[in-house]
Amino acid sequence: MLTHLPALQVLIPLMAAPLCLFLRRPHLVWMFTLIVSGLAFLISVALLQQVMVSGPIIYEMGGWSGPWGIEYRIDRLSAFLSLIITAMSTVVLIAAQTSIDKEIPKNRQIYFYILFLFALTGLLGIVSTGDVFNVFVFLEISSLSTYALIALGKDRRALWAAYQYLIMGTIGATFILISIGLMYQMTGTLNMADLAVLLPEVAQTRTIFAAFAFFVVGVCLKLALFPLHLWLPNAYAYAPSIVTAFLAATATKVAVYLLIRFTYSIFGISFSFTTLPLQTLFVVLGLVGVFVASTAAVYQKNVKHVFAYSSVAQVGYMIVGFSIGTTAGLMATLLHLFNHALMKGALFLALGAVMYRIGSVQLSSFNGLGRQMPFTMAAIVAGGLSLIGVPLTVGFVSKWYLVMASIENGWWPVAVLILLGSLFAIVYVWRIIEAAYFKDPVAGKEPAKEAPLAFLIPIWLLVGANIYFGIDTRLSIQVAQAAAHSLLGISP
Amino acid sequence: MWMLEIPPFVPFFIGALLVLVTRGLLRSVIMVAIPVISAIHLWSVPEGLLVQFAFLDYQLTLYRVDKLSLMFGYVFHIAAFFGVVYALHVRDTTQQVAAMLYAGSGLGAVFAGDLLTLFVFWEFLAITSVFLIWARKTERSYRAGMRYLIIQVLSGVILLAGALFYGAENGSLEFGYIGLDGIAGWLIFLAFGIKCAFPIAHGWLTDAYPEATVTGTVFLSAFTTKVAVYALARAYPGTELLIYIGAVMTFFPIFFAVIENDLRRVLAYSLINQVGFMVVGIGIGTALAINGAVSHAFNDVIFKGLLFMSMGAVLHMTGRINGSSLGGLYKTMPKTTVLCIVGAASISAFPLFSGFVSKSMVMTAALENGYDWIWLVLLFASAGVFHHAGIKIPYFAFFAHDSGIRTSDPPANMLIAMSIAAVLCIAIGVYPAALYSLLPYDTGYNPYDATHVLAQTQLLFFAALAFVILNLRGLYPPELRSTNLDTDWIYRRMLPTAIQYLLSTVNKVDAALRQTFLVRLEMRLANLAQRHERLSGLLSRNYPLGSMVMWVVVILASYLLLSFLH
Repeated sequence: MLTHLPALQVLIPLMAAPLCLFLRRPHLVWMFTLIVSGLAFLISVALLQQVMVSGPIIYEMGGWSGPWGIEYRIDRLSAFLSLIITAMSTVVLIAAQTSIDKEIPKNRQIYFYILFLFALTGLLGIVSTGDVFNVFVFLEISSLSTYALIALGKDRRALWAAYQYLIMGTIGATFILISIGLMYQMTGTLNMADLAVLLPEVAQTRTIFAAFAFFVVGVCLKLALFPLHLWLPNAYAYAPSIVTAFLAATATKVAVYLLIRFTYSIFGISFSFTTLPLQTLFVVLGLVGVFVASTAAVYQKNVKHVFAYSSVAQVGYMIVGFSIGTTAGLMATLLHLFNHALMKGALFLALGAVMYRIGSVQLSSFNGLGRQMPFTMAAIVAGGLSLIGVPLTVGFVSKWYLVMASIENGWWPVAVLILLGSLFAIVYVWRIIEAAYFKDPVAGKEPAKEAPLAFLIPIWLLVGANIYFGIDTRLSIQVAQAAAHSLLGISP
Repeated sequence: MWMLEIPPFVPFFIGALLVLVTRGLLRSVIMVAIPVISAIHLWSVPEGLLVQFAFLDYQLTLYRVDKLSLMFGYVFHIAAFFGVVYALHVRDTTQQVAAMLYAGSGLGAVFAGDLLTLFVFWEFLAITSVFLIWARKTERSYRAGMRYLIIQVLSGVILLAGALFYGAENGSLEFGYIGLDGIAGWLIFLAFGIKCAFPIAHGWLTDAYPEATVTGTVFLSAFTTKVAVYALARAYPGTELLIYIGAVMTFFPIFFAVIENDLRRVLAYSLINQVGFMVVGIGIGTALAINGAVSHAFNDVIFKGLLFMSMGAVLHMTGRINGSSLGGLYKTMPKTTVLCIVGAASISAFPLFSGFVSKSMVMTAALENGYDWIWLVLLFASAGVFHHAGIKIPYFAFFAHDSGIRTSDPPANMLIAMSIAAVLCIAIGVYPAALYSLLPYDTGYNPYDATHVLAQTQLLFFAALAFVILNLRGLYPPELRSTNLDTDWIYRRMLPTAIQYLLSTVNKVDAALRQTFLVRLEMRLANLAQRHERLSGLLSRNYPLGSMVMWVVVILASYLLLSFLH
């Protein structure tokens, strides 16, 4: 049983999804989904432990060994990512039923869970598999279900946002497929480990250059790197609240994973960073993205838009860390993957709670909420502080490592820009605090009640994690460090 | 004993929590008791105590006790105590909680043994203190508070940047002597400088302090700048640049203070002037000079607190604070008048008052080390202080022309708080040995020799004479309702206007360009539309999607180009 864990992690949600149809009652389906996701979480914890102790696990699907068969390859990075994904999906699911009761008609609620499980399967599959074509397949599974999930939003604009995301996502996936095809053409293999061996021989060809270019652009679309982020704000803003929380905490993270996996493990760092001008391009795009997206966030009227743009800015930070290309830089990115999932999970769930009580997340409807929904607003403040990077929160830890990494590399202007970027975060978080605590509620409107426990429990779990991992950094740093070391081929 | 290892900010933070959940008399008792208990606790703490913990890859020091930090620790307790007593009549939870947290943060900062802990308390100071400004609940104070907060947080961010560089260079974050080498030194210097109200960076102080509540200003005047003075004394003693910065700080506020009408703003300017003396002392950096700077900080907390309290009492009782609308209050507020004069005498460094025993140390140190010009500037500044803080404040508030206001002395708690500060002012002036025994260095300095006393008395006498003559002749700048421009004008008016102008120009140019471009484009499209009717509809409807795809193409094309050229 234990040896099958890598496959089970992906298979359990995949098999569970159609089973939901038999359960019929939304509440039952919710419990079932929650259990499945919890199970996946336990598996990922077990896998992470195993990987940290004894190194990568290679699982051969159906007993066919690579490079002919499909193999699953769980190393520290994959295990770290699947831990983030399953943990976030489980926490977010706690609030799911309460939230979608108000946002999705009863007869479509079961489909929500089915799609959710498919999205989970896809994301877990991407991080577990050791086969590039398999990556594409899982990418499509997760993307298609995500498009449908977004379209479930009660705002009619959700359809339009989902459609845009569909087009852009498909272009991205197609680019990745083209890249995979070109690589297959040159090497005749789809196995990642095999590709890593065979690619250097043909690296100096235009085909491989083109393959790399297509891959980079495709994956940048998926991770919403500026200026390819235009699909993201609307998709986040009009999707059902739970979907937003789940996507913000996981989907872009998986795209960053793909970027790291392809550049470090498949193409190799010397090819990616020295042969091709990836570094300069990414640092510039990352930093410009931080500033443009943060500025955009400052002017948004819909709070979901604010945090969506802030997500684009955070992706900018991750890309900057990634492009530094040292262990410290990579570690900063991995830490930020983890930490950003915690902050955005908490923030979007809290927005979900506001949506549940008020029915709107326009900034103007936050007026006076500080007194009416004290726990929810306190969570937004805590999450916001973490986003800014205030000490004693996870945001501080990741900013610290990011700035340290850039200073160590001698890029101190970058370090200064990163810190300046935090000032923008202060401004957009402040606008929400100002509305909630300093403005009087709209006269004549019935005061809102505090969010139900189904919301408060997961929200405060995440806020607690924001603070806990901001103080006791052993787990996150240890794993991120180990993953960065193994990616760069340094024995710890 | 583990009790000793509790840093002094802890009782204050716990106190803040208790204040939050209690009401009425119990709350008052708690607020008065916290500084007293904490002070007794601090008294028993031995020097050299360190409380450390590990965070990330660093050894952080939450609590470091030595003479320098103890000195500031003591005076912060005194200030917190009279501040709390002064504010006992206030029934505003926000203000009371903020005041406790603010005092605690100040204490946390001076006992912080590493840059990261210092940074945390540095930002805490900013965030907690702004509520004392906002508590006045006027639009004006909200805006002033916002500007204050932005600058303070900026100072914190610069400090953090400096700490990062410092950590990267030295592999440790210990907060000791830093000095001005390397980018880390300069960044941290800048951060301290902003909080210390260096010239040009001082706008936040004179902008925000007078907008705070009556009781809030008393707290504000005690902590923020003194924490910065402490930090400078710790990290940059003997940095020559500080002497010149400090000298400028001592004299330029005088001109603003003389023409300023809002009496609390006059005090804010004189606060900068006094901090200037401390900065000069730190810059000289000899044992005597540091002693002077530190003891002057100690005294300044008390007498500046006293002056702000007396002006606060006037504002509280009459609702006015402009010199032009006050006067003749000595008849109805006799006790306040006397207490205010004690504060004025202390800040002017009259012999037998506290200012005298500390300011003269800095000036002696300047002479001893050959900074004659600086000494002259300081002398001029002393005369100026006497002028605007020593004479102007009591004169315009309590004497001058009778404004016709009939009121009474403030509530007992305010009088008690002022009396405590006044007694301390005189006690330190009469018996300076008690203060000297707390100083970081032992220099055997005696302020009461003939030269000092004579020189200072002469100076004061002639300054007073000048005021009397000017006033009699009607040459003294009258107290007018006016707005005086200071450097904060640059970011309050000039920058926004300039930016607005720039933006509107860019906008116009952009609009013009786009206009021509759009006209061309439309013509083309209209042309196309005639040929392919469906295409034009598609283009206009799908514009956002089209632009996204365009970006994809642009990125892909440029990336391919770059890689092939490479």
